[in-house]
Amino acid sequence: MAYLSNSEQDIKAMLDVIGVKDLDALIPNIADNLKFKGELSIPAAKSEFETDKLVSGLASKNHNFVSFLGGGSYDHYVPAAVEEIVSRPEFYTSYTPYQPEVSQGTLQAMYEFQSMICELNGMDVTNASMYEAGSALAEAILLAVSHTRMNKVLLPSTLNPRYKAVVQTYVENSEIELVEIAETGFIMDENDLEGKFTDDVAAVIVQHPNYYGFLENIENIVELNENKKALIIQVYDPISLGILKTPGGFGVDIAIAEGQVLGNPQNYGGPYVGLFSVTEKLVRKMPGRLAGITTDTEGKRGFVLTLQTREQHIRREKATSNICSNSGLLTISAGAYLSLLGKQGMERVAQLCVQKAHYLAERLSTIKGVSLASEAPFFKEFTIKLPINAAEVIKKSLHHNMFAGINLAKSGHPNHLLIAVTEKRTREELDLFVSVLADILK
Amino acid sequence: MYTKLIFELSKEGRVGHVLPTPDVPEHDLNDFFPETMLRSQPANLPQVAENEVVRHFVNISLLNHHVDKAFYPLGSCTMKYNPKINERLASLPGFTALHPDQPENTTQGALELMYNLQEYLLEISGFSGITLQPAAGAHGELVGLLLIQKYHKMKKRTRSTILVPDSAHGTNPASARIAGFKKVVSIPSDSEGRVDMEILKSHVNEDVAAIMLTNPSTLGIFENQIVEIRALMDSVDALMYMDGANMNALFGIVRPGDLGFDVMHLNLHKSFSTPHGGGGPGSGPVAVNDKLKEFLPVPIVVKSTNGFSLKEDYPNSIGTVHSFAGNFGMYVRAFTYLTMLGKEGIPQIARHSIISANYLRKRLSAAYELGYNAPTMHEFVLSAEKQKKMGAKALDIAKRLLDYGVHPPTIYFPLIVKEAMMIEPTETESKEMLDFFVDAMLAINKEIEEDAESLHKAPFTTPVKRLDEAGAARNLDVNFFKN
Repeated sequence: MAYLSNSEQDIKAMLDVIGVKDLDALIPNIADNLKFKGELSIPAAKSEFETDKLVSGLASKNHNFVSFLGGGSYDHYVPAAVEEIVSRPEFYTSYTPYQPEVSQGTLQAMYEFQSMICELNGMDVTNASMYEAGSALAEAILLAVSHTRMNKVLLPSTLNPRYKAVVQTYVENSEIELVEIAETGFIMDENDLEGKFTDDVAAVIVQHPNYYGFLENIENIVELNENKKALIIQVYDPISLGILKTPGGFGVDIAIAEGQVLGNPQNYGGPYVGLFSVTEKLVRKMPGRLAGITTDTEGKRGFVLTLQTREQHIRREKATSNICSNSGLLTISAGAYLSLLGKQGMERVAQLCVQKAHYLAERLSTIKGVSLASEAPFFKEFTIKLPINAAEVIKKSLHHNMFAGINLAKSGHPNHLLIAVTEKRTREELDLFVSVLADILK
Repeated sequence: MYTKLIFELSKEGRVGHVLPTPDVPEHDLNDFFPETMLRSQPANLPQVAENEVVRHFVNISLLNHHVDKAFYPLGSCTMKYNPKINERLASLPGFTALHPDQPENTTQGALELMYNLQEYLLEISGFSGITLQPAAGAHGELVGLLLIQKYHKMKKRTRSTILVPDSAHGTNPASARIAGFKKVVSIPSDSEGRVDMEILKSHVNEDVAAIMLTNPSTLGIFENQIVEIRALMDSVDALMYMDGANMNALFGIVRPGDLGFDVMHLNLHKSFSTPHGGGGPGSGPVAVNDKLKEFLPVPIVVKSTNGFSLKEDYPNSIGTVHSFAGNFGMYVRAFTYLTMLGKEGIPQIARHSIISANYLRKRLSAAYELGYNAPTMHEFVLSAEKQKKMGAKALDIAKRLLDYGVHPPTIYFPLIVKEAMMIEPTETESKEMLDFFVDAMLAINKEIEEDAESLHKAPFTTPVKRLDEAGAARNLDVNFFKN
């Protein structure tokens, strides 16, 4: 039998020491009528080879085409060294570092991850992870409401609708009131924002680059807040910060991102890693784990989990969040990714994304009936307007082994297609996209 | 010992990863962005060659204890062996390269795997509906509690109380608050480690939304008053939530759905062998009975004659708690594990883990007091009260165990046992390893009898000695660039 380390002889020897005959004698307090009788309706055990064959067969039923899909999950290159590092059992088979003397590897990696994310996004403190961006944003809103003691939260329609849906679920049973900010030309409508940005607003959310790929006017939002007490929460793309101004630079209070792009595969949507950063004044209210530097009894530098009194295992119903297990392992890959790419690499990968995205956008715009949805600047993702439904373009491009992008029909734009271009897309693939689309629209 | 930070390895001009040369014409960034939107200087990230980065991470990794190295008997954490075939199959490009928005006809294999995993989990747990979406146990608790909110809301009433036994994990009360319940009432345990029925009765009223039970409890004790508790809850139409952290004890023996629970979460990173990753990622599917099925988060994987699809059209759903369909990578591992075990292997998991725990309990009771005398299942709680009187606390014993090369049990939890040491061996530890652990615990007891004082400075052989945790909180340094 797989994964049992003891034979029936071992079991017999242990039962003898315990002084009972069998398992039933050890569970006398489970009444017979509560026990499961019969056989589970699950296939019989398979060998490793048979299991390998079965599961590999399922993997091969899926298709990996040239992808222009984004919307919160991106096809960036994962360096081999990242995979190698994150595959070390010292990292992946260890538990939460509650015994720091034998967890210095995990704790140091957490500390380095926290530091590198802060250096990238210009914020003061980053925790060592949330599940993913949507739930991280929901937790950021809970923090803002608890900090400001106000309940109104402004949520732009240019926010990723998947994040918005998660936020809605989280606040459903609370006093929190979500107010939508309309869009004009695929960016936040500034008049609508100004009108709704009253003194009782707890938080303003801004995604930058936004869901459609375009850059928002964050400076304006921060400025509007000058005499108000709201917290500004920016959702950002970590790769974009290779070249774009940072959340910290804009002066936002909380910065949230999906860290999948930092050395983690797309994995059909998970596991991902929510990046959660705050300014210094909010550190004692932030959810999640933090590693900090300290010294041991001999004065040697070491790392521990710190500010644990915020957390559920100490504070129970008064904790800042219920989060326990997080995405720890993905902070290792993100840390390895940032270490490998480093100062020049992060700038370089951002540059490649920008140049390729703009090359494609420009070429697509030459097709009759196709145009960029907005004149606003964009980073690696942008929205185009089509003369037909995006659904049709997506469907037809499958015949060319291509995922053309995301259909924006659910956001009220059925003729618009959201296209993501990472550094992995070659000129050949970009040119192919142009000719495929031209062909479809002919 | 290796002591470098990655930042201390950095040298101007070193390159760790070479990116492609641009194959499209390059424009000045000012052609695309106004100056005010650009970063004024690059992030001062490390500049380290690939070889040095790899060595750095390998060297720090070696400072970790991990389950591939030795015993890890953390109670309620189920640190079982993580099968290697799980890792191999979860890293197949046919899975890892999938984008969550790909058309369903290009992800049939992934959906089939999810569907079959749902079916297996339902069969093991005895429920009729399931979502795989929650990313961890606490995330699953949140979903379960939101389902409970919805149940009462659909009956047009507000319930604000959640009952939680005092032996529960801290996530239970914390999740109840996040889910919008205003009142969390802690129910004490009786002398046998079960819910105190008299006190429970006094708290059952029309404001109670649900009770959250961990079964077996964190004491490892099976809650056998379940039928009575069910009747009590039914008297006010309150629901029963089961925290599945200790499911390892029940595999094939008891199905929570059959017991009368309405909803439970399962921890794929505990009983279902997916690794803990130094803190995550986990996966916390939530299974429910017919009362709650229509409220489950969307999307749900369904099967039809056209194949498998993600169905979103459930008007009474609570919505979504994850941007995508959850931690798919964990589904591959759990599915692989269950395929290997098969119907005959699953009950053996519970059997072996219960016998191993009771073997440890029997042998350790020679020197340590038991938290409770009631029969225990896959884990049990010792009390180091006797040792404390001699001068060494549970913390000292835990630290000393590190010198023996095993990870200590969970200590000071559950809160209701003084000097608690909560021990869960799992089914994947050999008798020799169990004996090694017992011998270490007995040797430590002897050390305490002879010179308890000497343990206060333990551990002696770890990469670092006891660390100043209070100092870390006082002089907060959580960001290298700000210290």
